[in-house]
Amino acid sequence: MNSISRASDMSVGSHPMEAYIGRKKVYPKLARGFFRNVKWAVMFVTLGVYYALPWFRWDRGPNLPDQAFLLDFANQRLFFGPIEIWAQELYYITGILILSSLGLFLVTAVAGRMWCGYTCPQTVWTDLMIVVERFWQGDRNARLRLDNSRWTFEKIWKKGGTHISWLLIALATGGALVFYFRDAPTLAHELVTGEAPAIAYAFLGIFTGTTYLLGGIAREQVCIYMCPWPRIQAAMFDRDSLLITYRDYRGEPRGPHKKGQTWEGRGDCIDCKACVVVCPMGIDIRDGSQLECIQCALCIDACNDIMHKVGRPQGLIAYDTFRNVDAPVTGERTKVRAIRPRTLLYSGLMVLVAGIMLVAWLNRAVLEVSVLQDRNPIFVQLSDGSLRNGFTVKILNKQHHERSFHLGIAGIEGSKLSIVGFGDANAKIDVAPDDLRALKMHVTVPSAQRALLRGASTPFRLEVIDAEDGSTMYHDLTFRGPDR
Amino acid sequence: MAEKEIDSVTGVETTGHVWDGDLKELNKPLPKWWLYMIYASIVWAIGYWIIYPTWPTLNGYTKGVLGYSQRGAVSKEIADAKASQAQYFEKIAATPLADIEKDPELLAFVMAGGAAVFGDKCGPCHGKGGAGAVGYPNLNDDDWLWGGTHEAIEYTITHGIRSGNAETRDMAMPRFGLDGILKPAEIADTAQFVLSLSGTSSDPAAVARGAKIFAENCAACHGEDGKGNQDVGAPNLSDGIWLYGGRLADVEKSIETGRGGVMPSWGGRLDPVTIKMLAAYVHSLGGGK
Repeated sequence: MNSISRASDMSVGSHPMEAYIGRKKVYPKLARGFFRNVKWAVMFVTLGVYYALPWFRWDRGPNLPDQAFLLDFANQRLFFGPIEIWAQELYYITGILILSSLGLFLVTAVAGRMWCGYTCPQTVWTDLMIVVERFWQGDRNARLRLDNSRWTFEKIWKKGGTHISWLLIALATGGALVFYFRDAPTLAHELVTGEAPAIAYAFLGIFTGTTYLLGGIAREQVCIYMCPWPRIQAAMFDRDSLLITYRDYRGEPRGPHKKGQTWEGRGDCIDCKACVVVCPMGIDIRDGSQLECIQCALCIDACNDIMHKVGRPQGLIAYDTFRNVDAPVTGERTKVRAIRPRTLLYSGLMVLVAGIMLVAWLNRAVLEVSVLQDRNPIFVQLSDGSLRNGFTVKILNKQHHERSFHLGIAGIEGSKLSIVGFGDANAKIDVAPDDLRALKMHVTVPSAQRALLRGASTPFRLEVIDAEDGSTMYHDLTFRGPDR
Repeated sequence: MAEKEIDSVTGVETTGHVWDGDLKELNKPLPKWWLYMIYASIVWAIGYWIIYPTWPTLNGYTKGVLGYSQRGAVSKEIADAKASQAQYFEKIAATPLADIEKDPELLAFVMAGGAAVFGDKCGPCHGKGGAGAVGYPNLNDDDWLWGGTHEAIEYTITHGIRSGNAETRDMAMPRFGLDGILKPAEIADTAQFVLSLSGTSSDPAAVARGAKIFAENCAACHGEDGKGNQDVGAPNLSDGIWLYGGRLADVEKSIETGRGGVMPSWGGRLDPVTIKMLAAYVHSLGGGK
């Protein structure tokens, strides 16, 4: 109590603190090297997949959409190539999301923020926006000069070109997104002619805006201040995770180095700041592991380039573990341990979830029958003394062609089946492709057979027989009657 | 504490606050744009005031330039639902009652729509699924007071039973006991005879006495064999299905008081097409003839 009041006393009259800070604009320089090339490839593949996927076709027959990847919310179906997921099967999507997060945990435990550095949409689109910026305004130094110069026609032209290009990319991005939700060629035509649904334009607008804002303008601010993932994944690193690391035992003491000077008694870092200027987050990796670092590895490329030029070994900045960095001090062994309890746990969980999903998928029914027994009344006595139960039978045909069924009952001798709307109890019941049919079914036990009933409930079986191949699905039910 | 204190470990400025002697807090300021977003939210809220209903006034509220109201939105949704149902109601109106169940799509609509109307209008007495109760007939069985054909059901729903409607189904059983037509002993004998029709009587002598009384007083409506007459709403007494209970005392009470339940007429309260849908639904419950 005493100490707290002291603390508040101390804040009185203290210097005015900065509660808010302005943004320090980052001007990433183009890096060249292995990791930059990997990132170009990842960008090419991920953006290619994103923009092109809605345009692939997949023939599902006459009654269904032929778009390979379609999130058909209107009809409550998700189509992924040969896979079709109905609304009530959304747990498959849950399973995929669980697998994805476990995969993310595993990758993070093994090699740090690979997701952030290479594949996160925020990183990929920011990278793309920087390419455009570089095209219009030149590399880091030219951009710095341009921003510090007065407004001239050239500056307006270059800045304007940049922003218009960003908006066009953003428009294409928002445009590609809506194609996942409606037949792409149709929607493209509708969008151009102004016939598309308002919701399509709304989302087109929203994603154009967010892509422009987050990828073009906000960039590293998203990772630092908006994204929860950097905070969460700190829990997944350990001393054996491969992180982008400045090997200070090798680099320090740092300092400028002139050609011909000795390397004795000093570190390899020549303090050229090549690693700092390429950083899209605007940080100095030599300060150690930090929240802002998305581990894009561009500083590795930049430093390796310099090390090559000054004739020192590569890898002053590299993927390395805390354990390795401490090894020269602690004398611990320096082998990278990718297999350890944490990674085994994540992999094990992934195998388990994938296994469960696979089994569930292979046993997925293409025909579902659900039966609801009448509760009011539970049973009915008819004039001739016979007893009757009512049921609502729902047949769900998940195949892409019409199927026909016969209903039958077994288990109570002499019992009769009737279906409302069908004069003949043995009538063929057609269920349209991808559709549900509800039937009202009555089962009657004649008074002569009432002695066969086992009091209040007697088990019997409903048979749903495929009219074409005779395959039968059974459903166990109970016939309710009066207590004996 | 007039000058900035820098934390020696991180090199970051502290807030100057100290707890428990040495616990300090690093100053990690928010970006300015975060603050601007709060201002933008305030401006956004003002936009809401202009567009949507917001402020109460002395005799109402500010309506907003869009004229939106939740009640209006609900009304529109109901109107849209009605409009989408219209085609089915047109089809029901045009289809003979007995043929409705032959059209699977129409049957599905009638089963769902009929169940909804039944639950609202008929369920309070007949039960949600038409199971009935003492004094309120079970609509699932095949024992009908006034007939179980499509047309008979539609007529009963439209005009009711002893409802006061000009064309109501109306026929009263005499109050044999209350009006002194039969003596208590005679009523007991008659009741024994009535129970014997469904094989549940306990006194053969009384049955024999009751048979004579039944023939003189009851057979005119219920028939000599007690099988009833749907033209006059006289129930079948031989099927073991009892509207007011099948114990001796229940039957005696029925003879004594004449019973005579009331069902309201729905013509005029429900439109004819809804009544038609309801009739088809009740018929489908399983007892329809």
